[in-house]
Amino acid sequence: MKRTHLIILIGIAALIVGLLVFSVDFSTYDTIQSAKNKQGKFVHLIAKLDKSMPITYDPINNPNYLSFYAVDSLGGQTKVVYHNSKPGDLEKSERIVLKGKMQQDHFDCQDILLKCPSKYKDDKKMLEQKMKEEVSSK
Amino acid sequence: MIQFEGEHLLPGQIGHFFVILALVSAMVSLIGFVAAFRTPDLQQKQAWQKFSSISFGIHFISIITIFSIVFYICANHYFEYMYAYKHASKELESKFLLACIWEGQEGSFLLWSMWHATIGLVMLRIKNENHLSRWKAPVMTVITTAQVFLMLMILGIYFFDVRIGNSLFTLTRYEIPGPIFSQPNYLSFIKDGMGLNVLLRNYWMVIHPPILFLGFALTIVPFAYAFAGLQTKQYGDWVKPAMPWVLLCAGILGVGIMMGGKWAYESLSFGGYWAWDPVENASLVPWLILIAGLHTMLIYKATGRSLRASYLFAILTFVFVLYSTFLTRTGILGDTSVHAFTEAGKAINVMIGLFVLTFALPMLSYLLFNLKKIPTIHQEEDTNTREFFMFIGALVFFFAALFIILITSIPVYSKTPFLKDLIIKLHKGPLAMPEDAEFLYNKIMILVAIIIGFLTAVTQYLKYKKTPAGYLTKQLKYPIIATVVLSIALFLLYPIEYHKHGLGFLIAIYVALFFMIYAIIANGMYIFLVLKSNLKFAGGSLAHLGFTLMIAGMLISSSNKQVISDSSVNGINVPVAKDPMTKKDDNPTENLTLIRQVPTKMGDYQVTFLKDSAGNEKGRKFYHLFFQNTNKQSENDRFVLQPDVYIMKDNNMSSNPDTRSFLTKDIFTYISFAINTKENEDTAQFKTFVMAEGEKNYYGNGYFTLDSVVKNPNNEKFHFTPNDIALMAAVTFVSKDSMHYKAYPLIQADSLGVLQVDDTVYAQNLFVRFVGIEEGHKIKIGVKESSTLIDFVTVKSYIFPYIILVWIGLIVMAFGIMMSMVHRANLSPKLGAVVLVLISIGLCYMFLFAG
Repeated sequence: MKRTHLIILIGIAALIVGLLVFSVDFSTYDTIQSAKNKQGKFVHLIAKLDKSMPITYDPINNPNYLSFYAVDSLGGQTKVVYHNSKPGDLEKSERIVLKGKMQQDHFDCQDILLKCPSKYKDDKKMLEQKMKEEVSSK
Repeated sequence: MIQFEGEHLLPGQIGHFFVILALVSAMVSLIGFVAAFRTPDLQQKQAWQKFSSISFGIHFISIITIFSIVFYICANHYFEYMYAYKHASKELESKFLLACIWEGQEGSFLLWSMWHATIGLVMLRIKNENHLSRWKAPVMTVITTAQVFLMLMILGIYFFDVRIGNSLFTLTRYEIPGPIFSQPNYLSFIKDGMGLNVLLRNYWMVIHPPILFLGFALTIVPFAYAFAGLQTKQYGDWVKPAMPWVLLCAGILGVGIMMGGKWAYESLSFGGYWAWDPVENASLVPWLILIAGLHTMLIYKATGRSLRASYLFAILTFVFVLYSTFLTRTGILGDTSVHAFTEAGKAINVMIGLFVLTFALPMLSYLLFNLKKIPTIHQEEDTNTREFFMFIGALVFFFAALFIILITSIPVYSKTPFLKDLIIKLHKGPLAMPEDAEFLYNKIMILVAIIIGFLTAVTQYLKYKKTPAGYLTKQLKYPIIATVVLSIALFLLYPIEYHKHGLGFLIAIYVALFFMIYAIIANGMYIFLVLKSNLKFAGGSLAHLGFTLMIAGMLISSSNKQVISDSSVNGINVPVAKDPMTKKDDNPTENLTLIRQVPTKMGDYQVTFLKDSAGNEKGRKFYHLFFQNTNKQSENDRFVLQPDVYIMKDNNMSSNPDTRSFLTKDIFTYISFAINTKENEDTAQFKTFVMAEGEKNYYGNGYFTLDSVVKNPNNEKFHFTPNDIALMAAVTFVSKDSMHYKAYPLIQADSLGVLQVDDTVYAQNLFVRFVGIEEGHKIKIGVKESSTLIDFVTVKSYIFPYIILVWIGLIVMAFGIMMSMVHRANLSPKLGAVVLVLISIGLCYMFLFAG
């Protein structure tokens, strides 16, 4: 067998596999409003914790139930339910990526990715803020 | 102009000077090496090379000096320097000082350039005739070019309005705006630096980055040799001198990647050693291409084929290292990765982009223009040859790498003009990973594993150029029989229980496991039967054996991973769907709340949260969880795990797991929630009563009696044998409303010391403790009445079966690769032996014994 044929053959096989993969349901980044229009579909939301609403987490009764409210930059708001433990730095997060499905009145979340200011050592505003606290605490 | 008090400006000035010197000396040696390879005159060539070598020596010393000064600044907590302020702190233990240097972008660029400089120094010291006359100048040209870029990244000089690079020596007051910097004594306000991120305070952070970056740095060598091949027009001769470097790189990069996995497994709460995170993928991809290149280079050396592919792979390995730098350091992965660096400014991003393009585009076009001149063999090759199957393996690795990087680059597509709009149009929204991202990778990689397993087993038994008919079947007969027997045994005795993705995937796992076992046996037998235990040549087989053992370990430990902290045992059942095949819960909840001193069932274990204790560092807390196997009763099946958390300001929490390793499994536990509000802190004290059996005493809400004292109880709650030393008291509390409550506090002595397992009576907010023994058949019972009850901790606990195979496989693989390296580099037997012994000690320590 000629080598070029071989490469073409394996290339085609790889291509078919690749196409199969891309035919899987890749998800989308959505706003809360557009996710509400896609009930039951797996989406990614980029949102913020709604600090005016309560966070419910009572690990003694159920360590696998967390609920809170999220808002996004377009003003959409939804209740979020997460069947897992509460990420320690949820309250401090500035941005959250929520992965899951909208189910009528709430967003059923499977995974949460937090963007916390503590991770942003390179953020100038954050440093300025911290420096202010440092001085005022003296 | 304000005169600031207490600043130490001299080290920064010296440091800055050496950064500039390092940049200039790299540029000077670059010019010299270019001149050296362009001149045909041998004498002139040598003169240029000598000149450039001196300049490179200065460069090396400058980099070491820069590093020492950064270390000095961080070690002395000179917070007037931004880098020290951001990464060091006074409470940081000194063993983490190095770690805090490579925590930041600038420091890790410095680390990378330090390794490049060291590799360059070794290149300059090679005394081989061929090396001096041909390879040295072009190879060093590539290395110095990379150094110029890396130095620019840490330069920190303004060029018009644009800052080129971020300096390690910039001052805090330049970087942070704020009124305090208008006061001369501002330093007295800065009491401490921000310190090393608590997640990274770990010995892996000290050792993993240097090894990984050495691996990254070494990938430049095959790239440089490929360039030298094209430049000298000695198209095929570079393969031989490049080979030991490629092997060294394969070993070190492979170990570096898996060290990251071990770190994640051991001390981060991701729940495993591999998560297909973009940052992990970005380091795996160059390794896969490097391995593809290694094999095509071997083919070339034996048969003269596959030279073009070797060029391509040698070049792409380094290009993908640069590309992963781009992915992980420009903040482009922001929403998809848990551990990418954050963005460090537009200028740096542009420079990183330039760095990638400067190496990728010219070199790939250089290859393309010379492609026709690279010699190939036009005659067709037989399919029953070693090179044929090796080449298929290399291609499969290469396509696997491309697949991984295509998926990993999804966030990049959404930031590319035109492509972005096209995707939104076709996909009806910005592209994001599917619901089960891991499965997307796994279902492809399982196919790759099957093919690679087959090839790894069979290919060694073929001969280069032509294999005599019947040879293969004769040689492979016994490995096949052994594999079939072992696989059936595995199927019957230890079936894979992974039904999440249906029967098809389960079968794929079995097929992959079959081929892994086949490859392990075939390679092992090859060493003994064909090589006749001639260990000099056994490196390859050993590396293959290790690799397949590692993959087998991954298949088993991930497929049969078991969540034991299933919270349905608490009596709280979250309704979940049932899996149609197994009738098991489809998506069991994974967290379990343990209430202090209340034994709770977790899989085969009964787990009791005994107490917590403070660690050395501020805010660090260890939770003592007592595990007791309810089926077995040996000493080995009772142990205490101490996962810990750092609770930072604002209730931020970071969690480090603890693991008990057995030969057959690891029990892996971490704290998923541990924030108790102040009100829950218990201030009540134990009140001690001396009692004999049958005696009665009073507590706040009623009375209690000591019913009996049982020696070495063996009941529902405790499982002791007559050889243990344990006493349990049975106490009955009777409240004013005539309710009866039983409590069974226990005291035991064993190798762990004296252990008290308290009991609780929830309804009465009571803690009951077996305090000790008194004379005259009396015992001391402690009773604590809390106003508010409940100290608790929420945990996740997994069992990873046979995960040790992963680490042993890795060690064997790295050892095999290094054996080949020693062999190919023609090291003296003595030196070779020393290298191998040191490597095996280091690997065994890191992966099996430490932590």
